[in-house]
Amino acid sequence: MHVVIVGAGEVGTSIAASLAPDHEVVVVDVDPDRAEQLKYELDVLTIAGDGTASGIQTAANVGDADMVIACTDDDRTNLVTCGTAKTLGDGFTIARVKSTEYLRTWEGNEGAFGVDFMVCTDLLTAQNIVRVIGLPAAVDVDPFASGLVQMAEFEIGAESPVAGQTVSEADRFESLTFVGIFRDGEMIIPRGDTGIEAGDRAVVIGSPESVQSFANDVAPAATPDGADEIVIVGGSEIGYQTARLLEEREFSPRLIERDADRARTLAEELPNTVVMEHDATDTEFLSREHVDEADIVVAALGSDEQNLLVSVLAKRLGVDRVIAVVDSPDYVTVFEEIGIDIAINPRTVTAEEITRFTYESIAENIAVLENDQAEVLELELTEGCRFAGRSIAELVDEIDVRFVIGAITRNHALVTPRGDTVLRPGDHVILLVDADAVSEIASMA
Amino acid sequence: MSAGTRIRVGWRASVGLTGDVLTYLVVPLSFPLLVALYYGESPLPFLAAIGVTLALGTLFRRLGDPDVNLGPREAFLAVALIWLLVAAVGAVPFVVAGVGTIAHPVNAMFEAMSGLTTTGATVLRDFSVHSRSVLMWRQVIQWLGGLGILILATAVLSEIGVGGAQLMETESQTQDVNKLTPKISETARLIWSLYLGLTALAIAVYFALGLAFDPRMDLYNAVAHAFTSVATAGFSPEPLSVGAFHPVIQWAVVPFMVVGSTSFVLLYFFINGEPMRLLRNEEFHFYLGALAFFSAVVAGSLFLDPATTFGAEATLRHAVFNVASIVTTTGYASTDYVQWAPAAKHMLFACMFVGGMVGSTTCSIKSLRWLVALKAFRRDLYTAIHPDAVRPIRVTGKPVDETVVRDIYGYLLLSIVIFFLLTVVIVVDAERAGLRVTEFEAMGAAATTFLNIGPAFGDAGPYGTFASFSMTTRGVMIVLMWIGRIEIVPVLVLFTRAFWTS
Repeated sequence: MHVVIVGAGEVGTSIAASLAPDHEVVVVDVDPDRAEQLKYELDVLTIAGDGTASGIQTAANVGDADMVIACTDDDRTNLVTCGTAKTLGDGFTIARVKSTEYLRTWEGNEGAFGVDFMVCTDLLTAQNIVRVIGLPAAVDVDPFASGLVQMAEFEIGAESPVAGQTVSEADRFESLTFVGIFRDGEMIIPRGDTGIEAGDRAVVIGSPESVQSFANDVAPAATPDGADEIVIVGGSEIGYQTARLLEEREFSPRLIERDADRARTLAEELPNTVVMEHDATDTEFLSREHVDEADIVVAALGSDEQNLLVSVLAKRLGVDRVIAVVDSPDYVTVFEEIGIDIAINPRTVTAEEITRFTYESIAENIAVLENDQAEVLELELTEGCRFAGRSIAELVDEIDVRFVIGAITRNHALVTPRGDTVLRPGDHVILLVDADAVSEIASMA
Repeated sequence: MSAGTRIRVGWRASVGLTGDVLTYLVVPLSFPLLVALYYGESPLPFLAAIGVTLALGTLFRRLGDPDVNLGPREAFLAVALIWLLVAAVGAVPFVVAGVGTIAHPVNAMFEAMSGLTTTGATVLRDFSVHSRSVLMWRQVIQWLGGLGILILATAVLSEIGVGGAQLMETESQTQDVNKLTPKISETARLIWSLYLGLTALAIAVYFALGLAFDPRMDLYNAVAHAFTSVATAGFSPEPLSVGAFHPVIQWAVVPFMVVGSTSFVLLYFFINGEPMRLLRNEEFHFYLGALAFFSAVVAGSLFLDPATTFGAEATLRHAVFNVASIVTTTGYASTDYVQWAPAAKHMLFACMFVGGMVGSTTCSIKSLRWLVALKAFRRDLYTAIHPDAVRPIRVTGKPVDETVVRDIYGYLLLSIVIFFLLTVVIVVDAERAGLRVTEFEAMGAAATTFLNIGPAFGDAGPYGTFASFSMTTRGVMIVLMWIGRIEIVPVLVLFTRAFWTS
């Protein structure tokens, strides 16, 4: 595959590094020194120049590229790069953006700006933080369909309220499907009357909200609920998105922002978040507002130094879990070494997301479960494929392999699969399938 | 004015606009003229008024200058002038007719101002001496005042254009005239057609019910009451007000008063396929809640009062009707509630301060202001404990600007001050004139005129008259009805130096 990467920052470099061994990679960067340096670090072709210029793109042979990844730090540069690339060829374009506005526009009309896949750094980071906050009881969590759907695997402890219940008793949520139970190394495709036993591992697929609610049922002690204190320090875009996603899951976080205007804006945007306008490094303020009693503190200030300070302070005050956003990948280990529970680097998150997407595979997205006993696949249905036009009940009767459809997304909206749901071309189907039958199922989409 | 200070108000724009509006007053004046001709009554009062309004209108247009821009100051001046002068012209037929209490110029002005501001307080003593056309004129002025003559002016006078939004905002003191269309005159037209449509519907309903239940509700009365129920105004050509008619008709009036005090912008959306904008509106919930709450309390206290001798239906009807009439600032009555037990009567007094929704024909404080003030109060309690918390006040999910919250506090404070001053004036002046007015009656009369509701208690009750107050008190009331209808600020700013100079 011929891949052109525009932007040789941390994200671009990381992607280039993981693609270089198997693909023909060209990296474009405005900084000649950076381009030069990269040439010796990785086995790639580097071009110094403006990635939005069609001359530079021609030099990088964008016309014949299979994939163009625009991942500079500037949103507009990335969008223009993709737009230009579309005029030269027909490669798949991926743009990294910070602004969620661009993402909304693109989601509303896929293909907008000439972008085929858009990755929003801040949103992705926030989604990551919320996943970490929300599902500490899960042994595995993966997002599907750009975050609309979540797959989660839970270990059912003896003290779990669902232990001893049947699947139909435990599955009380509108948009949640039980797709598999692992017991003693065996995978069971659950039916309504299948019993859940202590020691089982249960796999569910559904909207993030319903997975959250389910987690609460499975492990009420470990899963934060509305009563838990979550404090977000810093009203950056990441802080804002984190609060917004937490609100969606019925948490009522508190957010501390120093700037008065920004605090007011955030308070207007976030009806279920208590916004505090104060300096979060003021210990007197922290104790007055009982931040020391918080269950989770998220440090999302503008700089790594500030986040380090706040995280250490929170740890000293006795906060249980501290999650920090760390901008520089080099600091991630430093943060974790001094006792910060989780350090999340937006660039790493973005690079991982893009890389995951670029891996040529049979499916849009894959998660491997329990030493590859089963896989969760996201398949986009093509016109005239075997799945399209059939109801799920018909498919289950016709196809002689073990698989369960967990969720369907249609035009960026979640459709809860039922026996009579008829699949259509263009649908994204998230299903769990026996590892042996992966290619068979994938070939039907 | 000292030498060197120049008037910075483009008063010629305001005066010119006033002239335009006065000239257009010929159209509504022709309606009672036709009524007079139809019933064979003297057309003279209306011909005189037409003459006066045309003369004044022409004079003001000459003085005016259409090239001067209509900015905020000019809008304040125009609004104050227009309401004052239209009321003055509206008084002319009463004086010229020369019959009854309203022949006196001060009384005539009181009646006209009460009409135009949709107050509905009357100085009439004996309804029977007046011609049908004169009584109809009272109804017509109320209908004009209902939605605000300036919204009408904006709809009719396309040349107002840009200044129109300014005028409409100034007139109703709402932070934003929710534009339905890019052009403000088009918005005004849509709102007025809605108003016309509702009035027509009310005429049809009342007339039909009249045919079925009550011959006294003839076409004349159907038109007269339709004019003043959708306008939440309250005049009636009947001395017993709506109480003169069959119970079914009394029930039928209630929904029209309620619709009249619902935001016309939201009503427009309601009719045009976006009903949720109205049904989800928090102010609407608050307003309906207030109606239900006060109706229940008043009905309850009437049921508990052994002196009340109506049947169950009548008790409920009188409670709902009079609460709706007062909360919507209409001022109709279905019975003489002055006779009620103190508990029910004082609840009605409390109702006076509620008001309907912003952007409706209603007056008084208005539900939105209460809603915002109560939310702000709750926030203050919260921030007393969490001083750093930033809590925007939301109405229907939308954050309210802090300047609006401040304006509302200011408006409430100012209203309270004016209300108390007016009460004191009424009491002191009644004492001076040797009239017997209790403090409660004075408070009622103060609230009812300043908040443009209509009847009060005691002599000024629904079946009484304001003619029993002294001439001075009535003069003060005229001014306060005027100030109250255009929500204080446009008049008060005229008395500041900053308004006239730089």
